[in-house]
Amino acid sequence: MKVSGFNMVIKGGLVIDPAIGFGNEADLFIKDGKITKIVKSGEISQRDIAAIPTESIIPAEGKLIAPGFIDMHVHLREPGREDEETIMTGCQAAAAGGYTSVCCMPNTNPAIDNQETVKFVLSRAEHSDARVFVIGAITKALKGEELSEIGDLVKAGAVAISDDGNFVQNPEIMRRALEYARMFDIPIISHAEDKFLCDGGVMNESFESTRLGLKGRPAVGEEIAVLRDIKLCDFTGGRLHIAHVSTVGAVKAIRQAKSEGVNVTAEACPHHFSLTDDEIGKEFNTNLRVNPPIRTQKDVEAIIEGLIDGTIDCISSDHAPHAEEEKDVEFDQAPPGMIGLETTLGLVKMNLIDKGYLSWADAITKMSFNPARILKLPGGTLEIGSPADITIIDAERKWTVRKDNFHSKSKNSPFIGWKLSGRVDCTILGGRIVYKSK
Amino acid sequence: MKLYSRHLLGLEGVTEEEITLILDTTETFREIIERPIKKVPTLRGITVLNLFYEPSTRTRISFELAEKRLSADSISFTPATSSVKKGETLKDTVRNIEAMKIDMVVVRHSSSGVPYFLTQCVNSNIINAGDGTHEHPTQALLDMFTIRRKYKKLKGLRVVMVGDIKHSRVVRSNIWGLKTMGASVALCGPSTLLPFEVERFGVDVYSDLDKAIDGADVVNIMRIQLERQQAGMFPSQREYTNLFGITKERLSLLNKNYTIMHPGPMNRGVEITNEVADSDSSVILEQVTNGQAVRMAVLYLLSGKKEEEE
Repeated sequence: MKVSGFNMVIKGGLVIDPAIGFGNEADLFIKDGKITKIVKSGEISQRDIAAIPTESIIPAEGKLIAPGFIDMHVHLREPGREDEETIMTGCQAAAAGGYTSVCCMPNTNPAIDNQETVKFVLSRAEHSDARVFVIGAITKALKGEELSEIGDLVKAGAVAISDDGNFVQNPEIMRRALEYARMFDIPIISHAEDKFLCDGGVMNESFESTRLGLKGRPAVGEEIAVLRDIKLCDFTGGRLHIAHVSTVGAVKAIRQAKSEGVNVTAEACPHHFSLTDDEIGKEFNTNLRVNPPIRTQKDVEAIIEGLIDGTIDCISSDHAPHAEEEKDVEFDQAPPGMIGLETTLGLVKMNLIDKGYLSWADAITKMSFNPARILKLPGGTLEIGSPADITIIDAERKWTVRKDNFHSKSKNSPFIGWKLSGRVDCTILGGRIVYKSK
Repeated sequence: MKLYSRHLLGLEGVTEEEITLILDTTETFREIIERPIKKVPTLRGITVLNLFYEPSTRTRISFELAEKRLSADSISFTPATSSVKKGETLKDTVRNIEAMKIDMVVVRHSSSGVPYFLTQCVNSNIINAGDGTHEHPTQALLDMFTIRRKYKKLKGLRVVMVGDIKHSRVVRSNIWGLKTMGASVALCGPSTLLPFEVERFGVDVYSDLDKAIDGADVVNIMRIQLERQQAGMFPSQREYTNLFGITKERLSLLNKNYTIMHPGPMNRGVEITNEVADSDSSVILEQVTNGQAVRMAVLYLLSGKKEEEE
C-alpha cells in the first residue's frame, strides 16, 4: 500500500475507536489537521515505511491511541477569576490530561449569559491548547429567575445551557427553559441539588457529617432534583443532561427514565467514584469539599454500576479551580470544587479499568465519543476525515500526582500524593502536538 | 503516664488511661482552687492565647482563670476587636499572633475542624474550647469529672443527654468520653434534632423522654435555641417544653440518687424548670467550679509537650 501526502504518522499504537468499532494495532496518518488514513500494522511494506521521513513519525508502539478526550464540564474561570485559571492555562491542563476539547460552564464573572461573553471566551480560546466550547447560562446571571437570551447564546456558539453551581429551583422556569431550548436542539445541563434541602451543607449527610458536626447535603436533595428534571424533560420533550451524578437514587432514577424513553443523559466525575465521605474527618482537607459532595461506598458502587450498564453516558471532571488562599481556611468556609482535568485519566484507569469495570473502549466512549454525540461536537472518533484530535495513552505508566506538576493555575486537588496508573503520553490537537509527557 | 497527643482536639480517640489521668490530675487542682490562695506557679513563663471566635462567657472566663491560677501569661482575643473584620484569614491571624511567641492556643470557633486546622498552621499546643457542632472536650471532661466525683465511678452508669442533639458539640464529646469510660449513653430529643444515623455512635436513641430517662443515673440537659424553631426543627417552644422539658414530676423515673446537669446557659422554663435547676440533685454550679479544675489539669498536662513527644 502506498502512503504519501501526510504531515504526520502515529505508528504502531493500539488504536481504539469505539465509534467505528476499531481496535487494532495500526498506523494513523494525518494531513492538514485531519485524519486521512488508518492502516493496520503490517499492511505497509518495509520499503514504504523506510520512505517516511523520521521527523513525521510519532512512535506509539505499546501505547493506546484514542480519539481526543472531550470534557463536558469544566470551569475555566475567565472572565473574572484569572488568578485561579485562564482559558489558556485551563487548556494547557486539558492537553496534559489528554483532552482536546473542553466545555466551559457559564458561572464566570460576568456570567456567560449573553452573546458578547460567549464571543469573548471563544476569542480568548483561539490559539489555546484545546478546543473550547461554551455552555451558556439558562437564566440571567444564573439567578434562576429569567431566561437568558438562549437563541443569541446558541447563535454565538453555545453548545448547551446550564446554571451549573445552582439548581434552577423554580420548576416553572425549568419547564420553560426545556421547552425553549428544544427550538435549538441543545441539551440543558442540570446541577441537580435542591436548594432548600442542600443550602448551607458542606458535605454529604451521613454518619460522617453527624460525627464531625458538619452540615450535610442529603442524597435526597439531589435525588428529588433529578426526578423533577426528568419529569419536566419527559413532559416538555426537551433534552436533559444530568451533571455529576453522585447518589444511588439518582442513578436509579436516570436508569428508570432511560428505560421509559426519556431524552436524558448523564455524567459522573472521578471524585464521585474514587472518594468517600469518611476521608473528610481525617484532616478536614478543604479540597474534599465539592458539590454535590463525595458520598458513601454504596453511592460509589452505584455510580460504577451506572457507568457499566450505560445509565451514565460520560465521565467529566468538573474541573473547578480555586485559589490556594481561599481553600486554606476553615472547612465550611472553603468554596466547593476541585481541579480534575489532569487526574481523570489516571483515576479512570486505576479505579474503573484496572478493576475490570470498564474496558478501554468503554472508557473512551464515555470520555470522548458520548460527549461529542450529546453536544454534537466535532471529534469523538478517529474516522477518516475527522479532526486529528488524538490522545496517546501510556496505559501502564505509574506516576504520582504532585502539586508542582499541575498545568492548571490552581492546585486544589485532593489527589495530590496519590499513586496513579495510566497517563497521557501525547496529546494532538488538529494535527499539532499540544502535550508530550516527559 | 502521659497524654499521647500534644493537643486536645476532641475526645474521639482519647484512651481510658488518658481520660483517667486528666480526671485524676483534676482532683489535685480541684483542691487547689478551694485554698485561700488559689495560685500555683506551674505554668510560669508559658503564654496562652485564648482565641474566641464565638461568643462565650463561661468557657472563656473559666480558661482565663485557669491560666491565671497556673501563673501563665494569658491574653484573650475576640474577633470584634481584631483584624478578622478586615478580611485576614484565620491562618494568618493565628500565625501572626504565634510570631509573638505564644506557647498554647485555646480556640473556640463556629466551624467544625478549626482546632485541627490550627495544628497545621502553628506549632503551639492547641486546646479545643468548642468547634462548630463537632467537639467540646473540656466540657465533657468536666461533666465526667463531676459525675465521677459523686458516684466514685463512671463505669456502668446510665447517662441520658436530652435536647438539641444535632447541634451539640457537648453531646458529641460526652458520647466519646463516657463510652470510653464504660458508661452507658442515651440520647433524647425531637426526631428533627437527632442527626443522621446517630445510633451509630453506639448509643440508645429516644424521642420519648419518659422512656429515655427511665432507670438513668444522670440527666444532662442541653440548651435549646430559639433559632431552631424558626428553622422548622420544632413547631413551638411550648410544644418543646411539653415534650422535652425536664420537670420534677418526670424525675421519679430516674434511679435514686440521680443527678441533674446542664452545661449552660440555661433557658429556665424551657428545657428545665426552676425547681429542677435549683434542686439538691442539680450539680449545675458544681460543674462550673469543676470546669476550672479540669482546664487547669488540661493546660498543665499539655504544656511544654513538643512534637517529638507525641
